[in-house]
Amino acid sequence: MPEIVFRTQGVTKVYDTGELKVHALAGIDLELFAGELSVLLGPSGSGKSTLLNILGGLDHATEGRVWFRDLELTALGDRGLTRYRRDHVGFVFQFYNLVPSLSARENVQLVTDIARDPMAAEEALEMVGLGHRLDHFPAEMSGGEQQRVAIARAIAKRPEVLLCDEPTGALDSKTGVQVLEALKAINDTLGTTTAVITHNAMIRKMAHRVIYFQDGRVARVEVNEAQIAPSEISW
Amino acid sequence: MRALDKKLLRDFRRLWAQAIAIALVLACGVAILLTTYGMYGALEDTRAAYYQRNRFADVFASANRAPQSLVAAMRDIDGVRSVAARVDEHVILDVPGRLETITGRILSLPVNGEVMLNLPIVRQGRLPSPTRSDEVAVNEPFARANGLRLGDTFFANLNGQKRELTLTGMLLSPEFIYTIGPGALLPDNKTFGILWMSERAVSAAFDMQGAFNSVSLKLDPSASEQDVIDRVDDLLKPYGGLGAFGRDQQISHSFIDAEIEQQRTGAMILPPIFYGIAAFLVSMVIGRIIALDRAEIGLLKAIGYSNAEVCLHYLLLAGLIAVAGTLLGWGVGTWLSHAVAQMYANFFDFPYLVYRMSFNAYAISGVLALVSVAVGASKSALGAARLPPAVAMAPPAPPRFKRTVLDRLLALLHLSQPMMMILRSLMRWPLRSGFTSLGLALAVAVLIASSFFEDALDAMIDKTFQQTNRQDATLFFAPDIPETALAAVANLPGVLVAEGQQFQAAILRHGHLEKDVAIEAHRPGVDLARVVDSAGRVITAPKDGILLSRRLASQLEVRVGDVIEAEFKGGRAETHRVRVVGIVTQYVGLGAYMDLETLNAMLRQAPRISAANVLLDSRQIPALHAVLKSTPELGGLVMTTEMRQSFQDTISYNVTIMTTIYLVIAVLITFGVAYNGARIQLSERARELASLRILGFTRGEVSFILIGETMILAVLAQPLGWLLGSGIAAALVRGSSSDLYAIPLVLEPSGFARASLIVLAASLLSSLIVRRRLDQLDLVQVMKTRE
Repeated sequence: MPEIVFRTQGVTKVYDTGELKVHALAGIDLELFAGELSVLLGPSGSGKSTLLNILGGLDHATEGRVWFRDLELTALGDRGLTRYRRDHVGFVFQFYNLVPSLSARENVQLVTDIARDPMAAEEALEMVGLGHRLDHFPAEMSGGEQQRVAIARAIAKRPEVLLCDEPTGALDSKTGVQVLEALKAINDTLGTTTAVITHNAMIRKMAHRVIYFQDGRVARVEVNEAQIAPSEISW
Repeated sequence: MRALDKKLLRDFRRLWAQAIAIALVLACGVAILLTTYGMYGALEDTRAAYYQRNRFADVFASANRAPQSLVAAMRDIDGVRSVAARVDEHVILDVPGRLETITGRILSLPVNGEVMLNLPIVRQGRLPSPTRSDEVAVNEPFARANGLRLGDTFFANLNGQKRELTLTGMLLSPEFIYTIGPGALLPDNKTFGILWMSERAVSAAFDMQGAFNSVSLKLDPSASEQDVIDRVDDLLKPYGGLGAFGRDQQISHSFIDAEIEQQRTGAMILPPIFYGIAAFLVSMVIGRIIALDRAEIGLLKAIGYSNAEVCLHYLLLAGLIAVAGTLLGWGVGTWLSHAVAQMYANFFDFPYLVYRMSFNAYAISGVLALVSVAVGASKSALGAARLPPAVAMAPPAPPRFKRTVLDRLLALLHLSQPMMMILRSLMRWPLRSGFTSLGLALAVAVLIASSFFEDALDAMIDKTFQQTNRQDATLFFAPDIPETALAAVANLPGVLVAEGQQFQAAILRHGHLEKDVAIEAHRPGVDLARVVDSAGRVITAPKDGILLSRRLASQLEVRVGDVIEAEFKGGRAETHRVRVVGIVTQYVGLGAYMDLETLNAMLRQAPRISAANVLLDSRQIPALHAVLKSTPELGGLVMTTEMRQSFQDTISYNVTIMTTIYLVIAVLITFGVAYNGARIQLSERARELASLRILGFTRGEVSFILIGETMILAVLAQPLGWLLGSGIAAALVRGSSSDLYAIPLVLEPSGFARASLIVLAASLLSSLIVRRRLDQLDLVQVMKTRE
């Protein structure tokens, strides 16, 4: 039995906009395992991103409990969550979220400056195949390259978990595959627990497990006995 | 350097135009604070050092003729450290090559050659020998103004004896830092001088052997000045004492006090305006940056930066603006301080200027700059800190425009859509619109406050010269002469009309309040030196009481009908009760007026005059001077026409400098506010405006939206600016009022119009600069980027 990294218990999330209440999560019980690459699949508004935000310590659950190993995230305040993100979590977002005024290397350094045991920014960029684009600014790079910088930035701190919210959502098939390859390589070589949100059903084939979301709940969980390589995926 | 710091520097570089616009406003505040505070300190320090090194006395008194034996008695007064008695007389000079009659004061130097108090500094040459009666030293500015050199000779009429004197030295004295002749409005070193001669010579000439008529006392720090003054008054009373007084009434001292006070007022009023505007601009710009950086803030938090680090990041960005503004302000302020210090050194007769670069002034101005931008940035920066990361990364909700009553009103007006967009946006951000207007209003206010000075001084000149003092010249006599002698004045060459005027020193008392004044008296119907009230009416001093200027009346807290006490100095030193029969508004001095006949009847003497106001035939002025040069009774002479000219020259020079400075300041404020406002609008509306362009709006139509909003705010700012300007002018009037003069609050429509035109033009120009960016907008690029 592999080690459990994340465990959630009856997690709900209600957005109160004043006029109406939106139940983004309606009771999630889920476990994610060490070294596993899981894909979270589901339509818009099914609660994937909300869950990912809560797992990553970006957001608070309305009810229920969440553990990262022995650490109960739902018991942490802002300061504790910041500490947790700083030490354990790497994020990759759909729109890359690079700082436009910083070069690729400097964007990665944003993380290495504050992490406890980071790798060199150059090493992280090398891992995503951008060793030759260190001093380019975001505006000088393609979307795929920008996303790979974002991945390098996420892994530079050697995080235990890597949370990716639609990392290929803004990319075409060819560059998307490059990004997926980078994610896969990191999962393989560093053993980083990786959760990937996607709309794209093709991507599920590279995961160890696929978790289907529907209306704020986990609809079902599918285990892939054999994963295909990212290069075999296209859309 | 950390990556976050690199981002900081690059953001700052990207913002340079806006940052500079704010930094310039801030720099104004820093520079003005540095200059006024620096000058305030420099004047105080210089004066203190000068006074201490040259033993400037604490108490001064004069009498008609007091025996030397009183000096010992004064020395015995509790708290008196030392006493210096001397002879102080007026003198008429005839300097070869100078047509005009020059008047002066002659001061005796002690026999032993050792000056105890008010030590003159020998700038050139030496003091006159105690044994020589033909040697003289003069105040340095007088020598320079008249081109006198050591060894030169000139003539002096000492009590009727014409003597040829040789110049041995040029001096400066702590008593005469500001040297002004009797009746003059401004120092004129050409026609008024201070002379120092051996006591032997002066005493002999003025029949003062074994006596003195002027005394200075230095007190122990613990002594009570008032007690000493009372004791000195008691001692001098039998000898025609004119009332002892402290430094506060010493002319030179009180003039510098007024100047120091003015610097202090300046430091209080103007810099806060700049710091306030800078704070607002910073809040606007940082607020916009944070709105644009929303996703980045989310990212920074997601990867583990703490709220405090994010908050600090934006505060530091504001801090860089403060640093730029402070450095600029320090630079300009340092230069300006030196320039102003030089101006003071010229205006006041200081032997040196103690101008230490005041660490405090630099520190305070810098810290205030940091504090004001921090205050400005804090709301947005704290907002950034509080923004939950998950929310930050989601795009912001579109601003909520709601239909309000105002909208229905606007609908009724059938406005064009662009006009609607402008008005909605103004109402959507009422606070920002309000502050932008306020900023522009302050620029208007600053201009009004500066042009007000010009108008006020014009009014002052008009009142003082054209309406009140219409004589060509005033002859002062010391002591008073009988009124009958006016006939002799009328017979002087060139004199067309001569009218007498009496000045009687007195203490006016009302309850516990008292004031030293010179009561002015003349006959009814005089035509040259008149009393004119604020409405321009000529007022005749009534026969049954006293007329007071408004300032004097308010200081004594009296109203028309009250009875006050007047203790007349000199002569019999009697006290009389007088009824206040009128109050009149005046700009200069603490005027108190009585009928000549009434006053002299009260004093039980035949009418006397202290001055004669004359109209002159200009062709005969040289002949007049020739006669006056040998008229020993003449204590002073003011050629009103020349004084008017020099007053106007001095004023217009100062006003030109000041107006220019204020103009620059107002334009900088306008630029700072309007440019930043327009830039932020452009940033917020780039997509919207680009959409309009794509829909087929022309560049002009689209710029109209951008420029229109700024200009509407600028127009709205005008009435507020007029109001604020009037307020600042009133504050300046209050701040610069002293016993010596009050600047009238004169606000001309032309001043308001000029201020408005300048600010509107500068606003338009600032938004046109931003319009150029709008013209260069890459439509496709703007539409592609994510908000």
